[in-house]
Amino acid sequence: MKSFMKNVLAMLACSGLALTMLAGCSAPDETKKEEVKQAIKVGAILAETGGASFLGGPEARSMRMMVEQINAAGGVNGQPIELIIKDSAASPDKAISFAKQLIEEEQVLAILGPSTSGESMQLKSICEQAETILISCGAAEVIVNPVAKWVFKTPQTDSFAAMHIFAEMNKMGIDKIAVLSGNTGFGKAGRGQLQKIAPDFKITILEDEVYDKKSTDLSAVVAKINANKDVQAVINWSIVPAQAIVAKNMRQAGMTIPLFQSHGFGNVKYIEAAGEAAEGIIFPSGRLLAADILADDNVQKATLVKYIADYESKYAPEQASTFGGHGFDAIMILAKAIENAGSSDKAKVRDAIENLQGFPGTGGVFNFSATDHNGLAMDAFVMMTVKDGKFVLYHQ
Amino acid sequence: MTLELFTQYLFAGITYGIIYAIVAIGFNIIYNTTGIINFAQGEFVMLGGMIAISLNGLVPLPVAITIAVILTMLIGGLIEIIFIRWLRSPSVLRLIIITIGLSILIREIALHIWGDTVRALPYFTGNVISSLNILGAHISPQVLWVIGVCSVMVVLLSLFFHFTSLGKEMQACASNRIAATLCGINAKNMVTFSFMLSAAIGALAGCVVSPITSSQYDMGTGLAIKGFTVAVLGGLGNSMAAVVAGILLGILEAFSIAIGFPLAFQDAISISILLVILFIRPNGLFGSAVSAGLKDF
Repeated sequence: MKSFMKNVLAMLACSGLALTMLAGCSAPDETKKEEVKQAIKVGAILAETGGASFLGGPEARSMRMMVEQINAAGGVNGQPIELIIKDSAASPDKAISFAKQLIEEEQVLAILGPSTSGESMQLKSICEQAETILISCGAAEVIVNPVAKWVFKTPQTDSFAAMHIFAEMNKMGIDKIAVLSGNTGFGKAGRGQLQKIAPDFKITILEDEVYDKKSTDLSAVVAKINANKDVQAVINWSIVPAQAIVAKNMRQAGMTIPLFQSHGFGNVKYIEAAGEAAEGIIFPSGRLLAADILADDNVQKATLVKYIADYESKYAPEQASTFGGHGFDAIMILAKAIENAGSSDKAKVRDAIENLQGFPGTGGVFNFSATDHNGLAMDAFVMMTVKDGKFVLYHQ
Repeated sequence: MTLELFTQYLFAGITYGIIYAIVAIGFNIIYNTTGIINFAQGEFVMLGGMIAISLNGLVPLPVAITIAVILTMLIGGLIEIIFIRWLRSPSVLRLIIITIGLSILIREIALHIWGDTVRALPYFTGNVISSLNILGAHISPQVLWVIGVCSVMVVLLSLFFHFTSLGKEMQACASNRIAATLCGINAKNMVTFSFMLSAAIGALAGCVVSPITSSQYDMGTGLAIKGFTVAVLGGLGNSMAAVVAGILLGILEAFSIAIGFPLAFQDAISISILLVILFIRPNGLFGSAVSAGLKDF
């Protein structure tokens, strides 16, 4: 029995080798012939389940919806898009193996996602080596700085978010703050940006605490910050559920100083999770949350209103969030680039993304260049706050 | 450190600690009757919270919690009957692996039923922003609920084991199963009952703690590790020692922040303690090799 299995395995291995060699020889001819009718394979690695599902879920749903719409309208350049979504559950290990599978077995044109910054950093070098386009939905600036030839990202950069927060503090006359952050890729990157940029705005970080991403109660840390009477405001840079917990614990401890959150706060679920404690939280966000109050001549307005209406009618009662918007931007940028390139050749599409100018997405107006693989400027953010359980513009 | 800050940390520590203690007691009850560690114990806590949250919209909160506790208790009993009861003299290792499998199974089922949204029960009194002032420290009323309910639970359990005939029968099975069987005690039923009991106390703990920590399908694993640490720290099988050990660990965690230890390493503290205890005092802080042989609830 054992030797039989060994034989079978050996045969499998040999045939596998032979196949890959054959594929290696014949691939270039075949793709040229079949390009017209073949679907364009696009991979996506998103955290549909697990701790970052509030990112990956809306991203995956937005991408599925847009691919349906694109294919119903006849595809891109006459070719339909075949979207293969893999659920990484926010685990970098899974993201890596899925990326290898998508690149080697599925031979995808591009990988969209992953949802988190930590995973994106793992895939940066893999996609770079395999010369496969990666359009990340992670927020950290390190994903595109330093620029990697094949790596792009759609969410607004965390340094811009930090600058918006600090500029707001300057206006409010706040110069001594406490920083809380989660130990995720997003939290670490944000904390780094805050520390780096704070001196430019003459702001001193008095307390700097990092908590575990799975923390369920932060009252001890909040107590420590509360004990330091010089602290004038708190910035929390993390992902759910800690964002709601910080707010709750601060109010329970009787703290009244302003709480700033990162641009990761832009999902109405967090308001629900924090309840009354969410009132008055100030945070930078893309314009998606303010779509209905934008001026009619705003270039993003049409895109935003349509995306929100489509998403909310398809996935009701779920509300559209900025995170779903990152997924929307990723697939739409890719589709636009394929259209502009007039082909689904990896290198041509990559060049087309890099040359994309004035493309209105949900996160802002994208102007890519060889040195900027995010393409968003600082004005992609506006300051928002929570009032009566709803997101509203901070300055009105 | 001011008195105010000290009280603040103390309450945070006791809140964490008593939850760990309840999970540890759940471990101990099953350990005493079967000699195994039920790694699905954390999942009972999760189930209690999640079921109560689902029912909360339909029936008043106390009713929702009661039903959640009873349902989880039945699930606990059912698990024992389906997966453990029919095994003929199984090895301890096999049983432990069964419970690990069960914990994964329950977690995945919960993921399918409730999704991965973070949910929470409403605060029992007041709301999310109400706070009480105790010795200068600001405490959420829910913290008092947690401490109160868990303390009552511990006292009732202790009374149950020492003064009721069912409790005594369970104790008899724990100290000598063969002798207990010879006396006409149905040992198999006692095992089923131990699963039901630890499921019920886990579920109740899951309900009272839900407003503070929120409930999610995967919250059980972390709790199980902490609960296990506490059970070992106190000495496996000894429930009163688990209460002391739990509060000790909770307070250690809370005060570790005060001395500038990053909160992100909180879990490292409990794991280090677990390792140290296993190396130096494998019978726990309050156990001895002799008493480890005599199981007591």
